[in-house]
Amino acid sequence: MTTSEKYVTAAYLVVFAAVLVYVLIIATKLARLQRDVAELARLVKERLDG
Amino acid sequence: MLVCAAFALAFFYVPTDADQGFSQRIFYLHVPVALTAYACFGWGAWKALLHLWKRREGADLESYVAIHIGVIFGILTLATGSIWARISWGKWWVWSEKQLVLFLVLFLFYSAYFMLRFSIEPGPQRANLCAVYALFGVVLIPVSFLAIRLAQNFIHPVVFTRDGPQMAASQFATFCVCLAAMLALAATLYMVELTGKRLDEQLRELRELLA
Repeated sequence: MTTSEKYVTAAYLVVFAAVLVYVLIIATKLARLQRDVAELARLVKERLDG
Repeated sequence: MLVCAAFALAFFYVPTDADQGFSQRIFYLHVPVALTAYACFGWGAWKALLHLWKRREGADLESYVAIHIGVIFGILTLATGSIWARISWGKWWVWSEKQLVLFLVLFLFYSAYFMLRFSIEPGPQRANLCAVYALFGVVLIPVSFLAIRLAQNFIHPVVFTRDGPQMAASQFATFCVCLAAMLALAATLYMVELTGKRLDEQLRELRELLA
């Protein structure tokens, strides 16, 4: 692999890695939102039962 | 899938450039990413205008998310551009290049948007100030875009001239696919981020109601 090929591959990997990191951040946010929804659902259920 | 197809075309389909060799393949990544960053900033400014002009509900959040995605694409533009500069010019950054410096100014301007946004309490004042700031930034986009044509001495390559794209049909087709892929990626990230933020707001309101 030439130096030029290494740099080009690195550039594409940088973008790929950035998108991957962003997707992971979104996945973490989604998991937090799911927890929040579950917590709110529990609170509503408690209010209705009580 | 479109991104994977675009990367595959850039690596395996498009012919190697006679002048720059293999390194020219960064063009199919760097330019679409840069144009997508411009598009995001432009979209953010349009939403800011809608907020100030029509007082459209949610336009402030849409403007913020568009600028957020634009800054991410801005980082990628600077990173891929630096790698390309290292191969072609032997340097990671050239301060004498007007287009590079103007893009950096544009990127820093929109990065400062977040400092402004998070230094003010949420409310109409923050939304108005952020919208005005986003509109000021949009002026830099055509300046940055045209800088290469205004510059007298430049080493940054010009591909799109008044006579059309200066490349082979296969290269132009690959470029179009790459641009479509980056725009689609940005649009997807924009929608996902926006949905997440809206859900966050709705949940906060619900929590306050239940408290």
